[in-house]
Amino acid sequence: MAHIIKLREACKVYRLGDISVEALKKVDLDIDKGEFTAVMGSSGSGKSTLMNILGCLDTVTSGDYFLDGQNVNSLSKDEYAEIRNKKIGFVFQGFNLLPRTTALENVELPLFYSRHINKNDYNSLARNALIRVGLEDRMHHEPNKLSGGQQQRVAIARALVNNPAMILADEPTGNLDTATSLDILSIFQELNAQGITVILVTHEPDIAKYAGRIITLRDGIILSDEKTGDTCNAGEDRKRMLTKRLKEAI
Amino acid sequence: MTLGNTIKISLINILKNKTRSLLTALGIIIGVGSVIVMVGIGTGSQEKIKNEIASMGTNLIMVFAGGQRSGHGVSQGAGTSVGLSLKDVERLRREGTWIQAISPFVTSNAQVIYSRNNWRTSIQGVSAEYQAIRNYNLSSGAFFQDTDVAGSRSLAVAGQTIVNELMPYEDPLGKQIRIANIPFTIIGVLESKGSSGFGRDEDDMILIPYTTAMNKLTGTTYLRSIYISTTSAGKIEAQQNQITAILREQHRLKPDDEDDFRVGTQTEITERADSIGSTLTLLLGSIAAVSLLVGGIGIMNIMLVSVKERTREIGIRMAVGAKGSNVLLQFLIEAFVLSMLGGIIGIAVSFLIAFILNTFTELTVVIEWSIVSLAFIFSGSVGIFFGFYPAKKAAELNPIDALRYE
Repeated sequence: MAHIIKLREACKVYRLGDISVEALKKVDLDIDKGEFTAVMGSSGSGKSTLMNILGCLDTVTSGDYFLDGQNVNSLSKDEYAEIRNKKIGFVFQGFNLLPRTTALENVELPLFYSRHINKNDYNSLARNALIRVGLEDRMHHEPNKLSGGQQQRVAIARALVNNPAMILADEPTGNLDTATSLDILSIFQELNAQGITVILVTHEPDIAKYAGRIITLRDGIILSDEKTGDTCNAGEDRKRMLTKRLKEAI
Repeated sequence: MTLGNTIKISLINILKNKTRSLLTALGIIIGVGSVIVMVGIGTGSQEKIKNEIASMGTNLIMVFAGGQRSGHGVSQGAGTSVGLSLKDVERLRREGTWIQAISPFVTSNAQVIYSRNNWRTSIQGVSAEYQAIRNYNLSSGAFFQDTDVAGSRSLAVAGQTIVNELMPYEDPLGKQIRIANIPFTIIGVLESKGSSGFGRDEDDMILIPYTTAMNKLTGTTYLRSIYISTTSAGKIEAQQNQITAILREQHRLKPDDEDDFRVGTQTEITERADSIGSTLTLLLGSIAAVSLLVGGIGIMNIMLVSVKERTREIGIRMAVGAKGSNVLLQFLIEAFVLSMLGGIIGIAVSFLIAFILNTFTELTVVIEWSIVSLAFIFSGSVGIFFGFYPAKKAAELNPIDALRYE
């Protein structure tokens, strides 16, 4: 299978005055199309740096990064913006939706910055994305009228709308309770089952176990990289949990 | 990303913050409004003065005494020397080719008494032709005739102010007033001309025959000035030159002597008033332009705050693919639209103020379309100029930091 992501000896050094901090130390990483990968690590492990680089928000200090077969090292800021628009869908911990803007308008946002999409298609594309995350009846709600889980679904729809090469989720369940977290994870699993590459950055093993592959970082190097043969099903886990709670309540 | 999308995003943002947008635009509203109104007031008073000068008379030429340098090189003010006499008037009347009417002019200030009222005013001694020269209309009575002048009769034609001050409730015709203790009979009242653009009350004066004035009032044989009207407007300049030639000869001036009189025309006065008016307009306009500038700084201030406040939004936009130029354009258009909006509202406000001033005050506000369009264009440029720095700051944000900004 084709590599969506290919990192070769990727280094990232931050300079703070006289001190330089090596956040990534010669990381090699391949992620295939259609994989559901979790990047694990405690804070300071370099996972945020890795995610910024994978998401084309930041550049490597040395080494090579091929995204979807294209070496993105020598690209300009504007070309980075274009790649983010075309190939990457972001889902953040804090949802990062535009306030006072309806769910539909939020999902349309990446389309605004896309050069290849016809204006007349904005609405239908955004609607389809919202239907895929099960929010067809909340399209005209503004973020403050939506629950945390619903806001994160809007964010996922926004990540999906440009039909990106991968979805990059940075602690997407960090602000959500367990049941909602499982709900969001089940959406990722469904999308992955439809063939979308998902990279999930988290520090919780409980979340990472729903991915098909878990990469653990520590001090800027890959500590372990294992494929979990038998992946947990987030949807079923959620049902089980809710049933259990219901029983306890009774 | 099309320009249309960027404009749409900017408009949406402006409409989402209606109060803030209005407050931001307020500086521009006041700036544009005051520029238009101030310049309008300047232009209005300029036109008013021009009309007054035009109403001074038709094809008017004035000859003032003075303008001669004394032996010590000290220039005397016009009218202060003793250069003009009745002989000059006679000679001009005889020889002036295009002279329609001519009148000597002497003046002095005197106390006027009627019954228990008294008033100090300007007494002007003129000929019967003076009425035609100055286009004076009478609201009642008649002007004195040549025979009255020849006979040095004590007749007076009063301005409206004199009537108002001395005998507001009486018919002034035939009433006896005392000017410097000499009894005069009022035979006519001039139509009111109102105050002039120079701030002088044009109705505060009394016209009497110049013979009477010279014999009984001033006791001098010299004239302050001579008023002449020409047969047509086209002949004013030729007549002006002829008058100069005649008077130089009459005054026996050597070729290298300077004139001991000064010949002025309406055109010259109009030009001078014009330049004063333009200065006034420029002054008022530049004061108002400063407020437009302050309005622009207001826009910059709000836009800077807005960029700070919306750092996260900018981060989100960049994360989903907005380029620096997209963000720059968005904020620039926002500033531009805001100031244009302010400009439009400002123009509307200025029209309203002009209407109010024209209706309820004595000020005349003349709004010229050139100023309106200039103020409009200027407000747009102010928006772009002062919006650029905040927009650039927004565009230069690092998406990672912007996304993390709380």
